[in-house]
Amino acid sequence: MELVIKNLHAQIDGKEILKGIDLTIKTGEMHAIMGPNGTGKSTLSAVIMGNPKYIVTEGSITLDGEDVLSMTVDERSRKGIFLAMQYPNEITGITNSDFIKAALQARMKEGEHVSLFKFIKQMDQAVQDLKMNPDLPHRYINEGFSGGEKKRNEILQMKMLKPHFAILDEIDSGLDVDALKVVGENINAMRSDSFASLIITHYQRLLDYINTTHVHIMVNGRIVRSGGKELITKIDNEGYDWIKAELGIVDNEASKKQAIILGSCAVNKGAK
Amino acid sequence: MKKNEDINAIVGEYQYGFKTDVKNVVDSGKGLREDVVRSISHFKNEPEWMLNFRLKAFHQFMSMPLPSFGPDLSFLNFDDYTYYIKSSKGVEKDWDKVPGAIKDTFDKLGIPEAEKKFLAGVSTQFESEVVYHNTIKELEELGVLFCDTDTALKKYPELFKEYFGKVVPYTDNKFAALNSCVWSGGSFIYVPKGVKVEKPLQSYFRINSKQMGQFERTLIIVDEGASVHYVEGCTAPIYSEDSLHAAIVEIYVKEGGYCRYSTVQNWSNNIVNLVTKRAYCEKNATMEWIDGNVGSMVNMKYPACILAGEGAKGTTISIAFASKGQYQDTGAKMIHLAPNTSSTIISKSICRGGGKVNYRGTVKQAKEAYNARSHVECDTIILDDISSSDTIPFNFVQNQKARIEHEATVSKVSDEQLFYLMSRGIPANDALQMIVMGFIEPFARELPMEYAVELNQLIKLEMTNAIG
Repeated sequence: MELVIKNLHAQIDGKEILKGIDLTIKTGEMHAIMGPNGTGKSTLSAVIMGNPKYIVTEGSITLDGEDVLSMTVDERSRKGIFLAMQYPNEITGITNSDFIKAALQARMKEGEHVSLFKFIKQMDQAVQDLKMNPDLPHRYINEGFSGGEKKRNEILQMKMLKPHFAILDEIDSGLDVDALKVVGENINAMRSDSFASLIITHYQRLLDYINTTHVHIMVNGRIVRSGGKELITKIDNEGYDWIKAELGIVDNEASKKQAIILGSCAVNKGAK
Repeated sequence: MKKNEDINAIVGEYQYGFKTDVKNVVDSGKGLREDVVRSISHFKNEPEWMLNFRLKAFHQFMSMPLPSFGPDLSFLNFDDYTYYIKSSKGVEKDWDKVPGAIKDTFDKLGIPEAEKKFLAGVSTQFESEVVYHNTIKELEELGVLFCDTDTALKKYPELFKEYFGKVVPYTDNKFAALNSCVWSGGSFIYVPKGVKVEKPLQSYFRINSKQMGQFERTLIIVDEGASVHYVEGCTAPIYSEDSLHAAIVEIYVKEGGYCRYSTVQNWSNNIVNLVTKRAYCEKNATMEWIDGNVGSMVNMKYPACILAGEGAKGTTISIAFASKGQYQDTGAKMIHLAPNTSSTIISKSICRGGGKVNYRGTVKQAKEAYNARSHVECDTIILDDISSSDTIPFNFVQNQKARIEHEATVSKVSDEQLFYLMSRGIPANDALQMIVMGFIEPFARELPMEYAVELNQLIKLEMTNAIG
């Protein structure tokens, strides 16, 4: 299977964040996207999943030729797209078990039902693999979870739902060293001919556990460099300044200042 | 699976309303006059004191104003209602002897099925009279009295007279007065000292005659150290004309006793439901109201606990769901009159489609209520921009050593939560339902399983096409 993103532009509150993304991901591949803060990595993942906060102004996303942008969020999920969120929501009153069961049920044909026995077995296994508390299935979705538990719960959902394209948005933030290893190994274990992932991260550490096939660097809403693992090492050693310099990108100080001015409502330069 | 299909069938049909034709044996005609009150008492062959009670209540009703708060009830025309209908002769214990048409209605509600599983005793109220009543043997052996209220008046006259109308006097409010003058049916329970009834006692009832009022009267007495859980469930067919329902539930929990009263009310959306529910709790007694309000056009109901004895405990856990054209004005009252009494109120309100849902509650800690503690939690979710909700708590603390905690939240279903559930493949409407079910989970988990399943179905029905 193939997820193809072409010339993707997207904005939030009238501000353009993605400025023409081109990216093709095939199952069997493990992609990583790295880049400085605020360059649109999370926006890209949210747009692929279909978060209604963002508006796509140009470009296309297709899954084996099918138009993804015209699908609802839940349709995208059922077609095999998965997003592990940076800040997973807490939802009270619904247990993780009921939640995941409902998600699996949504994938069944009419008249078919999730086998309870199989489900419980798989769930227990996933909880064990991720070294999570065995009471997890009976707890409410992410309620009272630590940051690390929430992230592990995202990976648990991924394991249970078995997507074809998993986007992992800073899954490593908030994880301690041991948890990072567990999560990394579990992601790597998903590798197969029918699975691809797009891993968004700031650090090399997570990628130590994952056999990455493609690495992309994103700056200012564009993918500016693609390559192999060697890019990871370079960024870890040298940061992003070298690439900004190569591309002649100057951090837009003016726009940063403007953002501050916007905060104080007394100034309205555009009025006259 | 069988059970679920049954419930689906019930709820599915309920959507359109279903009515079974039954021949009425006695019909008091429309309107409320003194002679109607007299004839009700006469039909029922009641003792003199009850007739006098009804007449006093009638005059009270005529002279009392409508409530000064909550929904506007000035549209009620009391001459438009029928106050007494009797649809079958006498009270029958054997299901086989219940008239076919009535049985048919209850079959649609799945009652015989339910009985097999959970019911210890069934008293199904049909129109104004209880037509089917079955108390299982163990209850009789325990000395528990469980029958319809009319029968109780005849069979246990002294016990009845001692408690009837004491917790809710007919002077309490206009609709308590109305109920007191025309009451008919309802359940009577007496649990003797130290007896613990393990299984919940249940009763289903429905309004099934055009524009008839239903004025049942329930009286529960839990003697010292005894315990009981009573479950009341209502579904009603839909009619185009208004229907008035004014019930009274009186509960007396003696020292160390325990009573839980659970309701899932699902009146059809043309019914005006004005109910007075109150429990009187002696020393170390516990009263719990589990009160679910789905449906009805106007609903006013504030289950109350009078914590009269030291260490008495009161709890109300309630939900109210208002959809299009519905006005839910519900809440709870906790009156602390003694030291070390404690109370908890958890209220969950939901509105959509232009519905209005209010929490209206009173917590009073009197001078004598040293170390009284009260915890109030009111949460509301509003599902769209055309619905509304108000939280109206009254807290009175009359001594320095009492404590009230009050928390209230009002929120909209967050887009981020919806996005999260949908991103796992769950369709928008199902996702919204899940969030709402999660929201009322603190209530649902208190219900017997069957009721929780039915509540689930009702909420789903109310939520149909809530998005888009």
